[in-house]
Amino acid sequence: MNALHTETLASLRRRLASREVSAEESVRACLDRMAATEPRIHAMLTVDEAGALEAARALDREGPDPSRPLWGVPVTVKDALVTRGIPTTAGSRILEGHVPFYDATAVQRLREAGAIILGKNNMDEFAMGSGTENSAYGPTRNPWDTERIPGGSSGGSAASVAACQCFASLGSDTGGSIRQPASMCGCVGLKPTYGRVSRYGLIAYGSSLDQVGPLTRTVEDCAMVLQAIAGHDSRDDTSDPRPADDYMAALTARTDLRGLRIGMPREFFGKGLSPEVETACLRAVDACRTLGAEIVPVSLPHTDAAIATYYIIAMAEASSNLARFDGVRYGRRASGCEKLEDLYIRSRSEGFGEEVQRRILLGTYVLSSGYYDAYYRKAAQVRRIIREEYLAALEQCDVLCAPASPVTAWKLGEHSQSPLQTYLMDIYTLALNLAGLPGLSLPVGRGAESGMPVGMQFFGRAFAEADLLSVGAVLEQALPPVGLAAL
Amino acid sequence: MSQKNDISTAEVAKMARLARLDVPAERQELFARQFGDILSYMDILAQVDTAGVEPLYSPVLHASNPRPDAAENRRERAEVLGNAPEQDGQYFIVPRIV
Repeated sequence: MNALHTETLASLRRRLASREVSAEESVRACLDRMAATEPRIHAMLTVDEAGALEAARALDREGPDPSRPLWGVPVTVKDALVTRGIPTTAGSRILEGHVPFYDATAVQRLREAGAIILGKNNMDEFAMGSGTENSAYGPTRNPWDTERIPGGSSGGSAASVAACQCFASLGSDTGGSIRQPASMCGCVGLKPTYGRVSRYGLIAYGSSLDQVGPLTRTVEDCAMVLQAIAGHDSRDDTSDPRPADDYMAALTARTDLRGLRIGMPREFFGKGLSPEVETACLRAVDACRTLGAEIVPVSLPHTDAAIATYYIIAMAEASSNLARFDGVRYGRRASGCEKLEDLYIRSRSEGFGEEVQRRILLGTYVLSSGYYDAYYRKAAQVRRIIREEYLAALEQCDVLCAPASPVTAWKLGEHSQSPLQTYLMDIYTLALNLAGLPGLSLPVGRGAESGMPVGMQFFGRAFAEADLLSVGAVLEQALPPVGLAAL
Repeated sequence: MSQKNDISTAEVAKMARLARLDVPAERQELFARQFGDILSYMDILAQVDTAGVEPLYSPVLHASNPRPDAAENRRERAEVLGNAPEQDGQYFIVPRIV
């Protein structure tokens, strides 16, 4: 028998249901694992030990409840999602000590499903980053190699799942922030269709791009978490009214990939892709072919324009969203200010880190008089072109495949000098957010050179999460397991 | 699309004023350099023909579903004030405005 903390969510669930293990034992296994690994990876900003143990004991007193699919399962949550009674900072000094009085809908649904919130994951400040190096509370390190970043911005979530501190985590994905860290830590990560999961209680970065989704160790676990959090929420007007599909049924919908057409965008398998990532992804594509899939070449000609489009839109939305942090209603307030204007300026300047300030200023620039049409409106027009291009490609095939990142996890500090170079790393993930479509990142191997995990994504049509999970489940069985980090 | 991507420190200072941020002179220079690079890169969009293309501001596919405009008391005052840096049990307190 494996150590409890290394089991999958699905396996833990069976053992909890049969009372072979208690909820308290599962929480204690995770807390012990955190105590052993946190000094090396720093995946957590807050560990709610007392709250988690209390919740576990309450569940144990009631006994397993088959109507609650995550009964007794310990999970972690990215610090971008508000949690009732548990500090929530979004990785920023401006929210230091902030204790929300309500749960984000996705968190509330996890609790209703019986999950136990262990604590909050480190992240790039306000989700602005690709390596979790921009956290105001210090970087998270990759469990596979602690000299390297875990990806970002949901790097704490990915590292926590990969280090077996929890059985699943919730992240958020604005331009790849679930899929890229999942790939770099050898996890499964799903960005749902825009509108599939409520954004209520997600601290906004780019409101037209943000989605909440799971990070897990297996596709089955991912389906279980998505099932719990997906569905309409009247508190988020962008939440889609259609009911969620049966994601668990999707897991057994296929035994192979016969009849499936996988589109391979030529722009994603060319210049800029590192040889080790290319080799691992092409091997996965070969495995798909062996499983019966037909591989179809497709083209997404505006891929080069997607980075500029994305960053203009994301920064514009960020500059507007982050205007709410003013030192009045919540968050940090600078001391000794005699004028309201000074209070705003000093509270914001002391509270926001450098990358956040950079993006607010660029967002302000592209929205300002004289530049709005040239940047923001233009980017919104290109966004429509990009979305139509994705929809057209998905007419030629059932799903698209793409590497999750051009490189495996880099060393801490390697890209800290040039923000633009870091932005360019998001090339394979961010267009999906512009299009609002779903994407699943799956571990497909390890890089021959770095030894670090490599992830490949599958993109689907709007609300086709079930299709992505069924394809992922088949491929996961066929590929050699990436295994667990030896931490 | 703007052809001129040299961003001056004065422009950075102007954006900082609009965004209610105090950016020290040294960082204004750093930002001016970085913004020049980033905005030059953004010029790739000028090559995309967008004539007649409607901007896409949100990927939402469904129509908004308005609810009755009924008053609802979902939050307690004490909860809402609970995270305020300064409050008197009734209101948020800020420095004198008038």
